[in-house]
Amino acid sequence: MSETRTENPRHPIVSPEGENVVPLGDSGNRGPKPRGATRLRRARRTTEDRVLGVLRFIVIAGAVVVTAGPLLYGVLLSVRPFQSVMSEPLDLVPSLDEVTFDAYPTAIAEYGLGGNMWNSLQVALATAALAILLSVLGAYAAVRLRFFGRGTVNVVFLGVYLLPGIVLAVPLFVLLSRVGLTGSLAGLVFVYVAQTVPVALYMLRTYLVAIPSSVDESAMIDGCGRLALIRRVVLPLALPGVAATALYVFMIAWNEYLFALLFLVADRDRWTVSLGIAQLTEFSVPTTVLMAGSIAITVPVVAGFFLAQRLLVTGLTSGAEKG
Amino acid sequence: MRRPLTISQREDLHGRLLVGPTVIVVLLFAVLPFLAVVLFAFLDVRLVDIPRLYIDNLVFTGENVAAVWNSPRFWSAAVTTAVYAAASSAGAVLVGLAVALALRRPFRGRGLIRAMVLVPYVLPVVAAATIWKTLLNPGYGLVNAVGVEWLGWAEPIAFLTTTSRDLGPFAVPVALLCVIAFEVWKTFPLAFLFITARLQVVPEDVEEAAQIDGAGKTRVFRHLLLPELAGVMALLAVLRFLWSFQNFNDIYLLTGGAGGTEVLAVRVYSELVVRANIGTASATGLLMTGMLLVVVAVYAWLIRRERA
Repeated sequence: MSETRTENPRHPIVSPEGENVVPLGDSGNRGPKPRGATRLRRARRTTEDRVLGVLRFIVIAGAVVVTAGPLLYGVLLSVRPFQSVMSEPLDLVPSLDEVTFDAYPTAIAEYGLGGNMWNSLQVALATAALAILLSVLGAYAAVRLRFFGRGTVNVVFLGVYLLPGIVLAVPLFVLLSRVGLTGSLAGLVFVYVAQTVPVALYMLRTYLVAIPSSVDESAMIDGCGRLALIRRVVLPLALPGVAATALYVFMIAWNEYLFALLFLVADRDRWTVSLGIAQLTEFSVPTTVLMAGSIAITVPVVAGFFLAQRLLVTGLTSGAEKG
Repeated sequence: MRRPLTISQREDLHGRLLVGPTVIVVLLFAVLPFLAVVLFAFLDVRLVDIPRLYIDNLVFTGENVAAVWNSPRFWSAAVTTAVYAAASSAGAVLVGLAVALALRRPFRGRGLIRAMVLVPYVLPVVAAATIWKTLLNPGYGLVNAVGVEWLGWAEPIAFLTTTSRDLGPFAVPVALLCVIAFEVWKTFPLAFLFITARLQVVPEDVEEAAQIDGAGKTRVFRHLLLPELAGVMALLAVLRFLWSFQNFNDIYLLTGGAGGTEVLAVRVYSELVVRANIGTASATGLLMTGMLLVVVAVYAWLIRRERA
């Protein structure tokens, strides 16, 4: 996906009319096929077809079990009493009178996950807001304006995207400690913004390309300045895409672990959710509480993802068409 | 009085102004740190030295790089990392391909399954690792319970700490396989997404013509679909390799580097945090980046040769 962005500002996924032609939903494929013709042509299913049919079913069933299974397992464990989890690991589905939600308040209040969630919320919101602000401006420039150094900027962003996070973590830790920014949530936000801006810019470009540039021109002729044009014309038109990108950045910031671990581990009041859960596993905290905590920090992310799934998918895969 | 700018001059100025803030953040928090890593790799500097770190009292040394280069632990971590990255990226692309093909033709409920398949990719890694650790726990984990109760295992297996286990004539690297499985599980959705998107633009008429001429599905796949998908699969494999090669979170959270799973990223972390040595941590990171650059260069060269 990264390859295309350096050289192909108009992604082939976008039709000349400017609408996205490849939604990933059920309706995305070509029109209905003439069923009768298919049946006539292949009146008898060959052995090959039958084997492949069975394989297809196995792959789909396996994918469902493997992807949804662990999450469901976490949910089920989180509502069972700790004793029963220990003694009966195979009784996955708790009986109705056994179900207890005690692990959730325990994780959130007693083990401080509530505070962690508040920290993560602040960090993730700030990161998403800043990254969107920067990348809307940058993506607009990358899509619409010819300026000196455009190619270089693209290459640098691609490079940043591929640089190992763990390698950057060493100097960032040293430099930010030197200026006293470790142990503050602000330092974390800056690092996250730098890490997410290239992706956000790349995703936003896809959405902006879909807006016909005649819109810009007519606004400019009407005397609209560049910034006003972006705010009043381009942004409203690309709003769904901007929202999806913001959500994606929010998720990355909410889920991030390495930098939170390096910067904040000494300061329990500033732990983020990832750090909070990971530190809890170090102590002998009941598994049910750990599961409840894991599910609690997962719910916002998965809910947001299901809400914006279609848009996110188009934004992420736009480079794939070219291959 | 200044002359008003021409349209193209104005475009140039506006373009630079609009990209400017992003460039500054990226320079400060990505490019500058990378230059600092190169510098630190040749400095004699430890964590305790940070408050006294000034640009004019740096002590240069080549010892960090030499120490890392001559350390057997570094090279064994490098091998582990390469195996881990190659196996995870190949696994992710192949599983992604299988699921994309299986979900290619519409059926009732496909939309929901497609969305569900993407869940591992968006889960917080810490939550996912915690659930996997519970699943694989020797005491109360589901996998061991099933194994002992129904599959006749003599005893539970400590999956995440067992370096190797004899299975007939083979020594199976248990913990390494577990972290690879975790990475495949977490990243195949991305491969699935990209391959699905590519599948949707494969021209359908040729495929239909081949089927009318009696070509079975396997042959259609091998001769028509696979060449279409080869490009995106190669790109995905390379990208996944680059990302898995630098993966820290998953392995650190699951095993902490125990059981033969110590990869380079975990070495960088332990040099920095456990041994408190910024110099050797940076040198390890620098060598690691060098290895990644080699992979990128080889890929770019292959692509160029292909196009020529």
